[in-house]
Amino acid sequence: MDDLIVEFIAETTENLSVLDQELVRFEKAPDDKHILSNIFRMLHTIKGTCGFLGLPRLEKVAHAGEDVLGKFRDGVLAPSPESVTLVLKCIDRIRAIVDSLATTSVEGDGDDGELIAQLRATADGETPPAAGAAQAGASPSAPSAAGPTLSDEGFPVAAELLEEVARSQGAVLTVVAPSAPAAKADAADLAKSDLAKSEAHAPESRPADGAAKDKAASQTIRVSVDVLENLMTLVSEMVLTRNQLLQLIRSSEDSVFKEPVERLSRTTSELQEGVMKTRMQPIGNAWSKLPRIVRDLANELGKKINLEMHGEETELDRQVLELIQDPLTHMVRNSADHGLERPEERAVAGKQEAGTIRLSAFHEGGHVIIEIADNGRGLDTEKIRVKAIERGLATQEELDGMSDDQVNQFIMRAGFSTAQAVTKVSGRGVGMDVVRSNIEKIGGTIEFRSTFGAGSTFSIKIPLTLAIISSLIVQSGEQRFALPQIAVNEVVRVSERSEHKIESLNGTPVLRLRENILPLANLSELLRINRGSRSWQPGANTFEGYVVVCRNGSQVMGVIVDAIVASEEIVVKPLSGILGGATYFSGNTILGDGKVILILDLNGLFSSISADAEKMQPEDTFADAVEPTGESVLLFRTLAAGVKAVPLSRVHRIESFDMAKAETAQGETVVQYRDRLLPLLSLDGEGGVRQDGRQIALVFGSNDAAVGLVIQSIVDIVQADLVLQKASRMPGVAGSGIVAGHAVDIVDAGYFVERGTSDLMLEPYGAAA
Amino acid sequence: MTVITNHAVRSTAHTGGTEQLVTFGVGGQIFGLSALRVRDVLRQQPLTPIPLAKPEIAGAINLRGHIVPAIDMRARLWKDGAGTSERKMCVVVEKDGEPYCLIVDSVGDVLTVELANIESAPSSLPPEWAGVTRGLYRMGERLLLLIDEEALLKI
Repeated sequence: MDDLIVEFIAETTENLSVLDQELVRFEKAPDDKHILSNIFRMLHTIKGTCGFLGLPRLEKVAHAGEDVLGKFRDGVLAPSPESVTLVLKCIDRIRAIVDSLATTSVEGDGDDGELIAQLRATADGETPPAAGAAQAGASPSAPSAAGPTLSDEGFPVAAELLEEVARSQGAVLTVVAPSAPAAKADAADLAKSDLAKSEAHAPESRPADGAAKDKAASQTIRVSVDVLENLMTLVSEMVLTRNQLLQLIRSSEDSVFKEPVERLSRTTSELQEGVMKTRMQPIGNAWSKLPRIVRDLANELGKKINLEMHGEETELDRQVLELIQDPLTHMVRNSADHGLERPEERAVAGKQEAGTIRLSAFHEGGHVIIEIADNGRGLDTEKIRVKAIERGLATQEELDGMSDDQVNQFIMRAGFSTAQAVTKVSGRGVGMDVVRSNIEKIGGTIEFRSTFGAGSTFSIKIPLTLAIISSLIVQSGEQRFALPQIAVNEVVRVSERSEHKIESLNGTPVLRLRENILPLANLSELLRINRGSRSWQPGANTFEGYVVVCRNGSQVMGVIVDAIVASEEIVVKPLSGILGGATYFSGNTILGDGKVILILDLNGLFSSISADAEKMQPEDTFADAVEPTGESVLLFRTLAAGVKAVPLSRVHRIESFDMAKAETAQGETVVQYRDRLLPLLSLDGEGGVRQDGRQIALVFGSNDAAVGLVIQSIVDIVQADLVLQKASRMPGVAGSGIVAGHAVDIVDAGYFVERGTSDLMLEPYGAAA
Repeated sequence: MTVITNHAVRSTAHTGGTEQLVTFGVGGQIFGLSALRVRDVLRQQPLTPIPLAKPEIAGAINLRGHIVPAIDMRARLWKDGAGTSERKMCVVVEKDGEPYCLIVDSVGDVLTVELANIESAPSSLPPEWAGVTRGLYRMGERLLLLIDEEALLKI
């Protein structure tokens, strides 16, 4: 494509987004001559340049729009919502044509006759009764064209735009060019050759109005992003080399290099800062489309919405900026559609008719925090509960045990929407999960709080830049790895003697941390790093090392490492495709000492945990009596006196059931559990199972053949050798032994599985496994 | 250890009909690589192993601030691994603008060979070699296999 056209597209795209904002402002302050003349000038510039470059379709549309604005400016025509909408439509059309120009190099073949006629009619003041009604009718009656919709990818785009692009592309493909495009091409060629000769620059050859741009504009130049990226890489290298030099100098006293190296060091730091700055852009750039979107939404949904923006000047890396643009837009739409109520509902609730969406951004310790708050209805937790069951995301039992906050988190799951009806704006269930994954992709996190009736606040925390991240350098065996610091919650030292030690649940390591059982990923095992006896192994209690507690969204897990080396700022570089093993690595980098190290990918580590969860199924040696082992033992109480014990490995899950929902089948108490009937049994001699309130039960067996043993309370989980001291005559009890200095009855889980499953006429446990 | 004989390196002004080859030895065999593709020849650099990567991936090296994947040519050419040698060299080649480091036993001279003298490789070559060679050159007593870089780097 011609350079001039490329420049024109870039510039026009920028101008168009400013136009959107300015028009929305203008609508609110129709008397502000400054805004109006600014709008007029920008549209005029577009028109002028089009004529010059030989883009007749664009020129006509821009011209018609300019006419209307001219009438506004001259005071002949008073701006009304209808006429502003019309001008906005004109801007949309221009944008669509420019997009087509960018993708296919031609203007496309759409018919602008109707739009131009409407614009002319408005400009000619035929507005009031007749045309005004027609226009008023035109905007709501053509919502399928004007309204935003969702593309397959999940983020909303203007339907009109899609349609336009589709149409223009279709036209290019199917219509054998009539004379007009040919003439156009000629004109473009002509323009091209003329320009090539004079090497004219677009800014200089713009019409006089355009030249009167802000002074600031003339002091900026366009630099290709590639150049900046390359500069950034080079500077990063320089910083690393500088660090190496500094290390060398420190070790040698009175070096002649000392002073020059220090000077070099200072300059390098400043250079790094400067280059970083070139990549920084105010977040306002990502917000610039929002006023227009909110205005259109408010009109369409019949709501009154104020959009407040605070901290537009907060800067962040342009790469990050691009990546958060879509999620942000989506969330603002969500707030407008789901969050805010209609004026009448608001009035009933005693609120101001106009709802407010407040965007704010600020820096906080190397991160940018963006908040999207609305004073709407908040999340309806009850509705979410119902929906969660409907969608099969959770069972009633699971939900009963959850706090409202936990329940609210379901909106972040795929396919979840609480919108009553699927509107054009939202409610298709493609939403917050996409938002969350997009934000997590760039190392950010998203949190939200909501008060029913008072509104919701979403808070996004993202790194300032993706180029340099702070990381924790950990060691496993001989090898070091980097873990992104943003994901690290805490580091726990584990050893045989310390408060925390790694326990094994059926061979899978877990850590008990403040009442929670944390799943662990064993780095050396995952990455098959051979490091001999030091490595953590199930049963071996000699391991000394660290568990790095990481979080990924709402999940938390620990990573077992040998040592914590340092905390270091690193420059992320993509992994070469040939290296493979990319499941667990998100990139690599060079440390200050010149060594290459790999950056661990948390998504990969987390998926390894869920794969491991499969392994957590109990072994198939259930019928065996309890044998002496050194393992985790669950201590609990039942109705009868005394503490009971069972090896933790035999316990599939610990559940709490609502006994009001229990039923009776063949004289046994059963509950519905994961689409199956789970017989609830009690120890012999303790009578039946109670029929009300909540009941804790240990689930033995597998999903296919499970039984629940009702208990009163969990006492503890301890590490012990279960040695039978005294055999038992009681069925279901293998015998008695000593655990932690107390006599306990050791429960035979296999007995209950057999009893429960034979009653239910299932296949014997061995076959089911 | 392979010692590459000092063979005729003529600085020919006319390059029509000739090709320049960087020669290197791996496990007793001499190979040649188009000199146009070679960016650097270095001593063995500190290697960072890549867990879970294919066996022929020796790791990654830091080449003046660029992270370059390193391919162990012994593992690449002898699937069962032919041991490792003490003195190792790195030949950095370029494919699609990306550098790759080949770890070889030794690096020899740069040869200028007449294209006409390059024969096609015999069909009796073991399959793992046949896939990565594009010809054969008689170098006095010894035979030199020409490496097809594109095929070699498809791992």
